[in-house]
Amino acid sequence: MLKINEIKKSFGKKAVLKGISAKFPQGKTTVIVGPSGSGKTTLLRSLDMLVTPDSGTLDFDDLHLDFAKPISNKENKELRDKTSMVFQNWNLFPNLTILKNITASPIFVHHVAKEQAETNAHNLLKEVGLDEYADAYPDELSGGQQQRISICRALAVKPEYILLDEPTSALDPESEMMILKMLERLAKEGQSMIMVTHNMQFAKDAADKILLVENGEVEFDGAKDAFFSQSSIRVKEFLQGISLK
Amino acid sequence: MWDIVISALPKLLEAMVKYTIPLTLLSFTFGIIIAVIVALIKFLNPKVSGIVSILWKLLRLLASFYVWVFRSTPLLVQLFIIFFGLPAIGVKLPAFTAAVIGFSLNTGAYASETIRSALLSVNKDQWDAAYTLGFSTPKTLWKIIMPQAFRIVLPPLSNEFIGLVKDTSLASTITIAEMFQIIQQYAAQNYEPLLMYVEVAALYAMLCTILSVLQRYLEKKSSRYMKGDKN
Repeated sequence: MLKINEIKKSFGKKAVLKGISAKFPQGKTTVIVGPSGSGKTTLLRSLDMLVTPDSGTLDFDDLHLDFAKPISNKENKELRDKTSMVFQNWNLFPNLTILKNITASPIFVHHVAKEQAETNAHNLLKEVGLDEYADAYPDELSGGQQQRISICRALAVKPEYILLDEPTSALDPESEMMILKMLERLAKEGQSMIMVTHNMQFAKDAADKILLVENGEVEFDGAKDAFFSQSSIRVKEFLQGISLK
Repeated sequence: MWDIVISALPKLLEAMVKYTIPLTLLSFTFGIIIAVIVALIKFLNPKVSGIVSILWKLLRLLASFYVWVFRSTPLLVQLFIIFFGLPAIGVKLPAFTAAVIGFSLNTGAYASETIRSALLSVNKDQWDAAYTLGFSTPKTLWKIIMPQAFRIVLPPLSNEFIGLVKDTSLASTITIAEMFQIIQQYAAQNYEPLLMYVEVAALYAMLCTILSVLQRYLEKKSSRYMKGDKN
C-alpha cells in the first residue's frame, strides 16, 4: 500500500501542494481529478520523486521517506523500482527503436538477460498489436501507438504501481478509446494504477477510488460511487462544471 | 609553372602527414575530452551538500574561468605564451607538445559550450522518462541524453574540427615545419608567392572537403531515427 501524509510543495512563493494526505490501495485504480492548476500532476510526480516534496512523508511497504530530510539515492531507487510513470506526451526515447525503448530499463537498470527482456517486450507488443513495429523508431508511429508503447515500457519493469499523467489528453478520440480500453483491461487484471485524468467516463468505468484535488488540497477522497452520487457540494459543483464543458 | 607546384608537393605532403594531420587529430581528441568534462561540470547540478557542494561550486567557477580565458584571448597569443612564455617560469616544452596543448585547450573551451548547449537542448522530459524507469543520472546521460545530444552537436563540432585543420597553420609561428611554414620557404626561394600560397590553400581545402564528406556521413547515421531518414 502506498501512503502519503501531509505532502507540501512550493515552487518559489506559490504553494502547489498544501499538505496532502492519501492512501492508494494496492490492486486498485485511483483516479486523481481536479481543475487545471490544482496540483494533481505535481502530486502524481511526487509519488515517483520526479518532484521532491518540501515536507511530508511517503510510506510504501517497508520504505519510509521523510521529505524534510535528504532522500538517499538508494531510497530514491527503491521507490522508482516500485513505480513507473506514463506521461501525457509519452516521452519515448527517440534514439532507440521500439524494442529497445521497452528493454532499456530491464537490461540496463534491472539487469535482466537481453534475450529474456526481448521476449517479454515482444509479448507486451503482441498484446497491444504493435509487434510488427519492434524495429521501428518512435517517430514513425502515431501518437496513439506511441502511448501504447509507453504503457508497455512502464509495464516491462513490472512496477507495483503505474502512474499515469493524463495519458489520453494529447490523443485523437479513437486512440483515446484504445488506450482507455487497454487501461481498463489492466485495472481488471488487478494492476495498481494512479491516474490523473479529465476523462470522467474512464473514472466512472474503471476507477475504484477518486481523489479530487483543488488548490493543492484534497476536496474529496473516497469510493467512486460516493463521488458520482455527488455527496459533497464541491463534488457536485465540479461535476456540473465538467458537464457544462 | 607546374614544375614549381610539383616540386613543392612532396615536402608539403610530408608536412601534412607529419604535422598538420597529427596536430589536428591529437588536439581535437584532447580538446573534446576537455570539452566534455567542462560541459558536464557546468551542466550537471548534483544534489550534494556540505564540503562536496562547496568543492563542486569551486570546480564550476574554475571551469567558467577556463572557458572565459581561452575564448577571450587570441589563439596565436595562447600559443606564444605556452611556447615562448612558459620557459620564463621553467616550463620548457617541445614545439609540437606546446602546439597540441594550445590547440587542445582552445578547442576544449569553445567545444565545451557547444556540447553544453546540445545537452541543454535535449528535452527535459527525456530525463523524467529515464528517471521513472530507474535510470541513474550517469546512465541517463550515457544511454539517453548523450546519443540525442550527439546528433545536435555534430554540425557545430564538425565546424570546430574543420576550423582546427586551418588553425594548425599558426603552429608555423612556433617553429613547427608544418605545411604553411614549408610553403613560406618555397615562396621565398622561387618568388612565386601567389602560386605557392594557392597550392597550400588547395591542400587545406582538400583536407577540409574530406572532413565535410565525413560529417555528412556521420550526420546521416546519427539522424537515422528521424522520420523520413531511415538510411
